[in-house]
Amino acid sequence: MGHSHESNTKRIWGVFAFLSLVTIVEVALGIVKPHSLYMTNLLSMSLLNWIFIILTVVKAYYITWAFMHMEGEKSNLRWSVVGPLVFLILYLVFILLVEADYVFEVFRTSQYKWIF
Amino acid sequence: MGATVTTTATNGKTWDGGNEPMGASYGKLMMWFFIVSDALTFSGFIAAYGFSRFKFIETWPIADEVFTHFPFLHGVDAPMYYVAFMTFVLIFSSVTMVLAVDAGHKLQKQKVAIYMALTIVGGMIFVGSQAWEWKNFIQGSHGAIETKGGSILQFVNREGERVTLADFAKHLPKDRAQLERKDGVWFMSEPTLATYSVEEVVEGFKANPDILVRTEVITKDKKKTVLSREQSLERLKEAKLVVEGANMYRNEYGHKTFANFFFFITGFHGFHVFSGIIINIIIFLNVIAGTYEKRRSYEMVEKVGLYWHFVDLVWVFVFTFFYLV
Repeated sequence: MGHSHESNTKRIWGVFAFLSLVTIVEVALGIVKPHSLYMTNLLSMSLLNWIFIILTVVKAYYITWAFMHMEGEKSNLRWSVVGPLVFLILYLVFILLVEADYVFEVFRTSQYKWIF
Repeated sequence: MGATVTTTATNGKTWDGGNEPMGASYGKLMMWFFIVSDALTFSGFIAAYGFSRFKFIETWPIADEVFTHFPFLHGVDAPMYYVAFMTFVLIFSSVTMVLAVDAGHKLQKQKVAIYMALTIVGGMIFVGSQAWEWKNFIQGSHGAIETKGGSILQFVNREGERVTLADFAKHLPKDRAQLERKDGVWFMSEPTLATYSVEEVVEGFKANPDILVRTEVITKDKKKTVLSREQSLERLKEAKLVVEGANMYRNEYGHKTFANFFFFITGFHGFHVFSGIIINIIIFLNVIAGTYEKRRSYEMVEKVGLYWHFVDLVWVFVFTFFYLV
């Protein structure tokens, strides 16, 4: 690896084609909304939404690794950038969504409707 | 320079500068860490959006029904095509950016300049598209009624298709004039009045038996609840305000915080794109002036490239969480 200075043009266009394809698949799924995916729930979210989120992470991986050239960086740089982000974001999302679900239950079972 | 420092004991120059333990220059490293902090900021916003959405999971607006416009296709229901187009524009401008970086490695000044220019154009198209998207969002398309409890009532016909207020609202004789600063004391004015008053909408509703009220509540089939005629009339007794389009207080699409999050997150992202364009223009001018040619290094292009790709990366997430999920 290292900083190779030969042309990467081919790979760049390849990644562009891939990202475009993923976006087209996402939009198509979003418009068609296949019944089996849209109505089936996994961990209180529809399978379709899980597919969208996974495809988004795949796109993020390719943008970071190919376009931002993370694949050519040293592993200590990779880890010090990606590690904290992955950990903190997962943690934040976990606590906020669990709390939100609790508030939702409060609204459903009590007289409060939207005030807090 | 160049030699890898293993321990301080074998090499006394550890603290003299010039070491690159992460294999990247100071500037590039700091750009990476700026991106880390900015990414955390955006994650905070998007996670907060998720928080509000999960709180009101049974009444949150359905994105397909909100973003349905496409240029030159008036009245045609075209969900998502326009944002998909915006996504393509941004990904493509990322490609031209990375091609500029690639040409920079080979010290091809002409190519770097051309690709930078294309990137700037792509960014401008994106920001322009976002402005258009905002315009539609703020204007709204159908109008709705807000109840005393703060929920939104929309109107549909028997087939379940949305009906615009203008299609059925009655024109009552008592017109209410907008209070403006020029009419009264200089500090007295009021928010823009809606096209119709609550009475006009309610009277119009009573006169049209084919119109029903649609509430925010999402049913088991993941559609909004449509009330029967009797329930609709009952519900309209709580009508308090006519809502058209969106502002920072209320919007015709549904929950009050929906528009706030939309404005804040896409606005913050749009501002990033805007500043990215400015920075790209500065670097572009430097490329033209030959600054990096003299330096024999186009690393500055690489650094703004990192920022530009990051903006694209954020958009990928905004696209998913606002328009798809």
